[in-house]
Amino acid sequence: MGRFVQDQILGMKWLNALIGRGLSALGLNTASRWGGSIQFFLYDVIKITILLCLLIFIISYIQSFFPPERSKRILGRFHGIGANIIGALLGTVTPFCSCSSIPIFMGFTSAGLPLGVTFSFLISSPMVDLGSLVLLMSIFGLKIAMAYVVLGLVIAVIGGTLIEKLHMENYVEDFIRNANSSVDIEAPDLTVADRLIYARDQVVTTFKKVFPYILIGVGIGSIIHNWIPEAWVETILGSNNPFGVVLATLVGVPMYADIFGTIPVAEALLGKGALLGTILSFMMAVTTLSLPSLIMLRKAVKPRLLATFIAICIVGIILVGYGFNAFQNTLL
Amino acid sequence: MNIKVLGGGCCKCESLLEAVKEAVAEKGIKAEIEYITDIQKIVEYGIMSTPALMIDNRVVSMGRVLKAKDILKLL
Repeated sequence: MGRFVQDQILGMKWLNALIGRGLSALGLNTASRWGGSIQFFLYDVIKITILLCLLIFIISYIQSFFPPERSKRILGRFHGIGANIIGALLGTVTPFCSCSSIPIFMGFTSAGLPLGVTFSFLISSPMVDLGSLVLLMSIFGLKIAMAYVVLGLVIAVIGGTLIEKLHMENYVEDFIRNANSSVDIEAPDLTVADRLIYARDQVVTTFKKVFPYILIGVGIGSIIHNWIPEAWVETILGSNNPFGVVLATLVGVPMYADIFGTIPVAEALLGKGALLGTILSFMMAVTTLSLPSLIMLRKAVKPRLLATFIAICIVGIILVGYGFNAFQNTLL
Repeated sequence: MNIKVLGGGCCKCESLLEAVKEAVAEKGIKAEIEYITDIQKIVEYGIMSTPALMIDNRVVSMGRVLKAKDILKLL
């Protein structure tokens, strides 16, 4: 039963078979390289598009209950490590994009939330979200998806706590520390219809924003899937290279892509013998840190805190990668 | 009536501003429309998800790009 859900409903193996048959009917040999590339491309674009639209809709509906203004109020009630944990958890359900990180940062700080809690939130928000959970489930299975989410949260909690312990409050830009906002506003009451409209709008805007990345991601995926020799992938990202995780993380950090764009690349690499932890490190690095989001964050914090934040994320992601590689056989 | 559109100057906020102008014109009322992009100001109002809309100093919408017809209902 679990297998069926994973393969046919989330994985949509039937769609692959259908496209294969359609292409054969058109006289294309799907066992050939070109035929195989086209099949992989069509199947993945359609599959990811369907998942994206469905997921964003459901997730946005849930997220409409957790605007950052509300998360801020909830967080104010917790202290110590508990606040870090709740911050990391709220990060997964609060709608987030890199352009909202500054107002959120200012809002949290001016409400007197500890710096570490804000960072737990800022780390977990892009790294772990409900969408990545379902998407990972469809490709790697439930166990790996859960492990990814739990470890992502652990990085967020530890990272935030560390920043707290380092007492880096002085490295937050002055305009943020001086921001004066003790007001708690009630989010306007939304009806079910409002939430449904919000969810629909989110699907449309996310789709427009992310679709080019999906095409690029699937394009790269189908090249890997059909043209890159397995031996290459194994040498660079497989068990032959002890530094595969470090390499994958460092390559992933400056890249800006949505998790929906990185999934097809990850899927193709795994099929070619790359190690699981190496791939997950790459995905975490791509989604958590990117040049645009770092440039944005630089406006809010001074270089030293920014560097600490980057270092904590990179070290955490690399450790997770090696952890997954060590336990790959028990998980897959 | 005083209407404030608040946002960091991204394209979403611009479209909300356009929609507000459209709604005000359609309703034919006199309203002062302010476009606030100063993040410090925005946070002072307690807003964290932009674009946001305030009518007579009350926050009526956050994090949503409303259409002109939605705004008409709020006016």
